[in-house]
Amino acid sequence: MPKRTDLHKIMILGSGPIVIGQACEFDYSGTQACKALRSEGFETILVNSNPATIMTDPELADRTYIEPLTVECVRAIIERERPDAVLPTVGGQTALNLAVALAEDGTLDRLGVELIGAKLDAIKVAEDRLLFKHAMEEIGLAMPRSGYVGSLDEARALIGVVGYPTIIRPSFTLGGTGGGIAFNGEEFDEIVLRALDASPTHETLIEQSIIGWKEYELELMRDVSDNVVIICSIENFDPMGVHTGDSITVAPAQTLTDREYQVMRDAAIKVIRKVGVETGGSNIQFALNPSNGDLMVIEMNPRVSRSSALASKATGFPIAKIAAKLSVGYTLDEIPNDITRKTPASFEPTIDYCVVKIPKWAFEKFPNSDATLGTQMKSVGEAMAIGRTFKEAFQKGLRSLESRSGFRVPDGLDDAELRRRLTVPSAERVYFVMHALERGYSIDELHELTRIDPWFLDNLLQIAECEKEIAKLTLRTIGPGRLKRFKQMGFSDQRIAQLTGAAEAEVRALRKSLGVSPVYKRVDTCGAEFESHTPYLYSTYEDEDEADSSDRKKIIILGSGPNRIGQGIEFDYCCCHAAFALKEAGYETIMVNCNPETVSTDYDTSDRLYFEPITFEDVMEIVEHEQPQGVIVQFGGQTPLNLAMRLLAAGVPIIGTSPESIDLAEDRKRFGKLLRELDIPQPPNGAAISIEEARAVAIGIGYPVLVRPSYVLGGRAMQIVYDESTLNNYMTYAVEASPEHPVLIDSFLEDADEIDVDALADGDRVVIAGIQQHIEEAGIHSGDSSCVLPPFSISRDHLDAMRRYTRELAKALNVIGLMNIQFAISQGRVYVLEVNPRASRTVPFVSKATGHPLAKIASLLMVGHKLSQFNLPDELTVDRFYIKSPVFPFVKFPGVDPILGPEMRSTGEVMGIAEAFGGAFLKAQLGAGTRLPREGAVFISVNDQDKRSLIDLGQSLLDMGFTLVGTRGTQRRLAAGNLPCDFVYKVNEGRPNIVDLIKSKKIDLVINTPLGRASFYDERAIRRAAMQYSIPCITTLTGAAAAVAAIRSLREEDIQVRSLQEYHAQAAAR
Amino acid sequence: MEAILALEDGRVWRGQGFGAKAEVAGEVVFNTSMTGYQEILTDPSYSGQIITMTYPLIGNYGLNNEDAESRTVFAEGFIVREVSRTVSNWRANESLDQYLTRHGVPGISEIDTRSLVRHIRERGSMRGCLSTEDTAEEAVVTRARNAPQMVGLDLASSVTCKEPYVWRDAQAEAYGSPTLLHGADLSVTSRMLHVVAYDFGLKRNSLRNMAALGCRITVVPAHTTAERVIALKPDGVWLSNGPGDPEPLKSVIENLKILCERFPVFGICLGHQLMGLALGGKTYKLPFGHHGGNQPVKDLTTGRIEITAQNHGFAVDADSLPADCEVTHLNLNDGTVEGLRHRTLPVYSVQYHPEAGPGPHDAAHLFERFVTAMKAAKKTK
Repeated sequence: MPKRTDLHKIMILGSGPIVIGQACEFDYSGTQACKALRSEGFETILVNSNPATIMTDPELADRTYIEPLTVECVRAIIERERPDAVLPTVGGQTALNLAVALAEDGTLDRLGVELIGAKLDAIKVAEDRLLFKHAMEEIGLAMPRSGYVGSLDEARALIGVVGYPTIIRPSFTLGGTGGGIAFNGEEFDEIVLRALDASPTHETLIEQSIIGWKEYELELMRDVSDNVVIICSIENFDPMGVHTGDSITVAPAQTLTDREYQVMRDAAIKVIRKVGVETGGSNIQFALNPSNGDLMVIEMNPRVSRSSALASKATGFPIAKIAAKLSVGYTLDEIPNDITRKTPASFEPTIDYCVVKIPKWAFEKFPNSDATLGTQMKSVGEAMAIGRTFKEAFQKGLRSLESRSGFRVPDGLDDAELRRRLTVPSAERVYFVMHALERGYSIDELHELTRIDPWFLDNLLQIAECEKEIAKLTLRTIGPGRLKRFKQMGFSDQRIAQLTGAAEAEVRALRKSLGVSPVYKRVDTCGAEFESHTPYLYSTYEDEDEADSSDRKKIIILGSGPNRIGQGIEFDYCCCHAAFALKEAGYETIMVNCNPETVSTDYDTSDRLYFEPITFEDVMEIVEHEQPQGVIVQFGGQTPLNLAMRLLAAGVPIIGTSPESIDLAEDRKRFGKLLRELDIPQPPNGAAISIEEARAVAIGIGYPVLVRPSYVLGGRAMQIVYDESTLNNYMTYAVEASPEHPVLIDSFLEDADEIDVDALADGDRVVIAGIQQHIEEAGIHSGDSSCVLPPFSISRDHLDAMRRYTRELAKALNVIGLMNIQFAISQGRVYVLEVNPRASRTVPFVSKATGHPLAKIASLLMVGHKLSQFNLPDELTVDRFYIKSPVFPFVKFPGVDPILGPEMRSTGEVMGIAEAFGGAFLKAQLGAGTRLPREGAVFISVNDQDKRSLIDLGQSLLDMGFTLVGTRGTQRRLAAGNLPCDFVYKVNEGRPNIVDLIKSKKIDLVINTPLGRASFYDERAIRRAAMQYSIPCITTLTGAAAAVAAIRSLREEDIQVRSLQEYHAQAAAR
Repeated sequence: MEAILALEDGRVWRGQGFGAKAEVAGEVVFNTSMTGYQEILTDPSYSGQIITMTYPLIGNYGLNNEDAESRTVFAEGFIVREVSRTVSNWRANESLDQYLTRHGVPGISEIDTRSLVRHIRERGSMRGCLSTEDTAEEAVVTRARNAPQMVGLDLASSVTCKEPYVWRDAQAEAYGSPTLLHGADLSVTSRMLHVVAYDFGLKRNSLRNMAALGCRITVVPAHTTAERVIALKPDGVWLSNGPGDPEPLKSVIENLKILCERFPVFGICLGHQLMGLALGGKTYKLPFGHHGGNQPVKDLTTGRIEITAQNHGFAVDADSLPADCEVTHLNLNDGTVEGLRHRTLPVYSVQYHPEAGPGPHDAAHLFERFVTAMKAAKKTK
């Protein structure tokens, strides 16, 4: 069936900010959908609140709304745009939920808008547990037995049906707290009572436990003629019980016979037909009993997902792109396979390699959280690796995570503890498995403890055996045959060096002298049955190379690896832009990255894609293979920067700002010297490698001080230290300082305004791209602070000082490309906190706000273009307020205090745009999921420093009709200013206390600034309760002031929605 | 154990041997299925061929008692990137190495199988020799060159059963009857229907599919005369898959001409090619054939697409078919004929494998179509 002709204008819903469980994969899918629909001639309208995405680039849709993904805002956009259809299946759960809400409230029908991809009924069957269960029963497929109960009696009645072991999962608790697994009646009663108590709705799920069963996923596509194909099968290394997003997963399935695989395939096809997903992709999860093959359906997603992004990258079959085309009426046989060109998309990809995905976690940023892996996803990113064997892919995957090399576990681990570590799934479990294998645990024993399939365990054993073999060798005795075999198993030069006591460079030199180098093979969807026209490559140690490198002028762009807090989609955005711009400028572009979620690893983004770990070894091999004119390291965040000096030393032509300049800016001593020469103030600071030195430095500077390790990302282990005992503690436990990596100590500027400046430079000229004022003061990590373009309360003198410093520093560091500077203004003086002569997190935000693609311009500067070619003023301007607000994952980490600090903990960001500051902040907050109240009661509790501003804050709130609630101290202070305030007990004073009020929904807003140096139990309880009951909780006074402005805007005017293209056109006209 | 693989054009791969210590020659083909190596090894259609699996990790789930498609291994040799040293599946009772050793078939692993596949794709399938017997390179190449050419080769006559027999499935109650799995429409079943199945190298799963639809099946050798088949009073005649070139099977083709006039006939794979020849068409050799479980086929009569299991080196030439025949199925990858039927007689065939084993069950309904045709024919009698 050809393309539908009754549709002209299609709205695509994005997934909003990056959060745990919903990340870059939806930028990848949304971008593909935008491109596919546009190329089919449809007018496209995109809505997404996340400015860091490629999909929200104004060129990708006819109109791009960076507006909050709320029902109200999307409805307003639909009313304005009157699209013929909405595509809700490429924007994750967020888009699906919005579509359901808009369908159910009648908006879509009223405005004659059709849902394409998945209809309301299908979405509901897939999403509603009970409807789905009934549907599965009707087609004869089993699911775990389960039911919801509201009392112990009901639970006892149900357990007879469900049986032990059983999972008890309270409804609506954060991170599933309060639940557990019961193996007998006694445990059952105890856990059920606890769960009912923990649930705000006094309800819990009782479900048959199939923990330990094997877990599989199938990715399917269906077209309007009911043709169904399976794109990829995925087998989870971690068995049932660990969220698939937290599991190591492997494609294709490894331990299913064809019979079992076909049973699963048939079941999946029945499911997609029964649920009624009309066109597009779906993901279906299965559990399989390893002792008899019993199969159960776990769930289905009637949309593209994280797994479909993985499956697309694993097979070369672009699921989201095809899904978009199917949604407008094409059938699978009408769509060509891009890779083979001559065969159609109506087939099932076959792969001739093994793919391993390994998640990356950020538990170190949430020290009090439970690091056990369970049914709630906790990882923040993932790496994928491709190899010809599982062993090769697995080891490549581990090094793609950029974690330590080898499998060392803590010393002195006794057997009991090791067994516990094996039984309880955690981020580190695979290392303990390797350790246990080294200790001589048998596969059977390990399978018993971990339930990991013996096939995987045996493969790990082969790696462990090989480690032992290597350790007995020296570089002299290793020989070419063995070396090739080790490389085929995925051992890095670095690991071989460690095991043989040699240097990595020596292993590399030996390899080269013995002629042991990787070849590159293609991902081609078809196991080489047809010729491939897309150079999508991975390395392996075999005979035949298919890279087929060209002799065009070419640039390699190093990506940013797996997402992590502090290094996420913003850097992928920059890398993609480099590819787009340089391709347009006539270069062949070559992307290197290992993150399957991203747009950069779409084979469409660059001319050539190397899906490889970003390590020195892997990058050097590609450079040698391709012989590029230039390599870009400044766009991929810390990952490529960490390699820059070594690459430079190895003769790699790094373009743009030189790695020496980047290094200089990171080097405390040399950079301090440069600032003194330029007469630019910097907070007093020093560096230390011992407790004694640290103490001396701190005394010299004066407390409080900001301490952190050098060369880190996202403020890792950064802390504000108010006294010597905390400093001792920090130096002893928090960091390992060394002469190469000293601890940096800065004077902490209290109550300072913080400003981020992004700039472009070409060696001669500097263009200031954006001066962004933070809403939160210095001391809160810049990535965790809302930031405002243009600045809203900075004096002209200070702005001029920052402009001057920026230009001077860009020239002094000979910046070619992008630069970011963080300034603080304290007591009338502008200080430079940090200079990063590279792409920063704010590049996409500033690009979207100003309408100038900074990363594209920067990449052209790197290949010799001049700023004068771009027709830019000396400083880019905006004609309204653009505010970027962070989004935090605290909900996923029970036990963590949701306060802001110098260590970055946000995972994503949104942008709010409005004429006035208050309106923009309101939208940013809405986009970030915070619904500020129009009216009601505000609980205020502030620390001593903040008490000065208490009266003003209270007055503003009272003026808008709010009532104030406070504990004794606050009440007294407000009374001193003649402001009325209702008294409430602290948590330990009596009842009902403040937490009781929050739980009974009598508080509409919490303003609670941490009391000084440590946070106390009382306030933590308040903040946790506010989070659990979804009550906005503001933890800084500057944030509170912004919130007041936003509430005022909320009360006084309607939210306006406009597309980015309209904003930019207006700005250009003014 | 060292092993060597040589092609007739002189290209040689060296790797590790597994399975039996032996030297074999045959046509080297590649199969793109990621699962189902046991079914593939035991498919008689692979007689005379050495199989390369494109998926690199083979043997992971071992071998079991239920999944063999015939009495023994028919492939001459087996080529894989990595043989699993361990076996993980509750039904497994043997490793790939043990299985091949027991059946006297050699294997080679640890070679760049993708380079071999690309070589065949570029230059067409060719003869090869696989040796695990320390043979000198030159001798192995010579042996490859001396192997028989597939064109003109009658292999069906050597793999067919010796005597007719009534099919009884030893595994009838075993794990997962395929028909129940893909949800066949049992309303078309009939205990009354008698199928005579020509064995040119048949796979058990075809018989299981028909038996599950209620058919009583008598299997007959390839060269059974039309008269003997007529004497068995069948309701329909089924033509199996099988190895080699269909053209040398002249007497079979003559028998089919007679049977097509009298009974509903359903042919699969080699059976389809024989049908094409019997109806007056021609066959030809494909460059490297279709071997895998992901081949898209469009049913031109319904417009639906099926993902099919395929295993053939020859194809029916569409232009050669007489006017009373029509092409019903096309391969969407290369446009070759995947199915045909007679315009007036209840006679039809498909080039692919509706019985799967291994492969998707998308086309299993074709057996129901056969049953329906037999019922209709019975009614008009």
